[in-house]
Amino acid sequence: MCIECGCGRPGRPKIDGKPAKLTFAPSDRKAPHVFAAHDHEHRTVDVHQSIFAANDRKAAENRALFESRALLVLNVVSSPGSGKTTLVQRTIERLATDVKTGVIVGDLETDNDARRLRTTGAPVVQITTGTLCHLDAEMVARAYAELPSEGLRVLVIENVGNLVCPATFDLGEGLRVALLSVTEGEDKPLKYPPLFSFAQVVVITKKDLAAACEFDREAALASIRRVNPAAKVFEVSSKTGEGMDAWCGFLRETLDGGRET
Amino acid sequence: MHEMGIMESTLELAERQARRAGGTRIEVLCMRVGRLTGVVPEALEHAFAALSPGTLAEGAALEVEYVPGTFLCIGCAGEFEAESMHAVCPACGEPGLGTKKGAEIQLLSLEVS
Repeated sequence: MCIECGCGRPGRPKIDGKPAKLTFAPSDRKAPHVFAAHDHEHRTVDVHQSIFAANDRKAAENRALFESRALLVLNVVSSPGSGKTTLVQRTIERLATDVKTGVIVGDLETDNDARRLRTTGAPVVQITTGTLCHLDAEMVARAYAELPSEGLRVLVIENVGNLVCPATFDLGEGLRVALLSVTEGEDKPLKYPPLFSFAQVVVITKKDLAAACEFDREAALASIRRVNPAAKVFEVSSKTGEGMDAWCGFLRETLDGGRET
Repeated sequence: MHEMGIMESTLELAERQARRAGGTRIEVLCMRVGRLTGVVPEALEHAFAALSPGTLAEGAALEVEYVPGTFLCIGCAGEFEAESMHAVCPACGEPGLGTKKGAEIQLLSLEVS
């Protein structure tokens, strides 16, 4: 289950509708044990292990694999409804002339996003997590094994819409991309700092709605800068195409110049 | 609810390590928790009380070392410590780059018998 919020206890992730094996062995805490009499000495066991260690190891394996294939991998994170799928669709279409993109998309249920993304012609693998609120490195490894990856130069991992837990799980990506839509409020990065501060790129989406939402651009940029002064920021409308040249240009440059970390 | 999941993973790791060391009982469980994780100390203790019965750590003492976040100031390049990601450099008022120090949750050590 999610070590962040405790979700996902009964759920079992599925990859393209087929049950995935459990990532971690279920707890064996019900196993009986004997309370030893205290006639022997206590010993100190040095552990010094992160409780994220298992995920971090798998993420490092993923990263090595992706790097060996010169694949630019994006981990796209945001709240539900901030425009991840539409941005990914439009990005694939714009890159398609010379860059082939594949997608791994995570949701709790349905393959609606995968079906939408497949209309672009890109190979797509849907992970349905059941009740789990984020993707982890193991799920990504399994999904990637299912993805027809020949000729791919970009892999987009569209994470489960959630502003909390995905921040903690390294998937082995080259770039973490956090989305902030203009409808969400300028102070979202201040309210959910880890998601934005561990991203290298922040994309402000739905720019076409900015006026209707009375979106305060300066305030939004200031709150992004406050939690992540190093973030590269793009402002786009996937619908009108505004800002998409700069965003896709950046991806092309990153591909040409090697990965940014 | 964060603390329940964190504690469940911690206890799994602790039991594995204790068994590997030949222990049948965990007497003390020491953790390090970064302040930037948002873990609430009372909730973590509550989770330990709720989840430890029936494990090797039943009746154990939980000792948690809370550590602040470390940031690199983008203004003066100085290092500063703070309890939240909103923090600004006390010297020049500029925001800092997170170093991931303060975002860790670790099982440090166990005392087993």
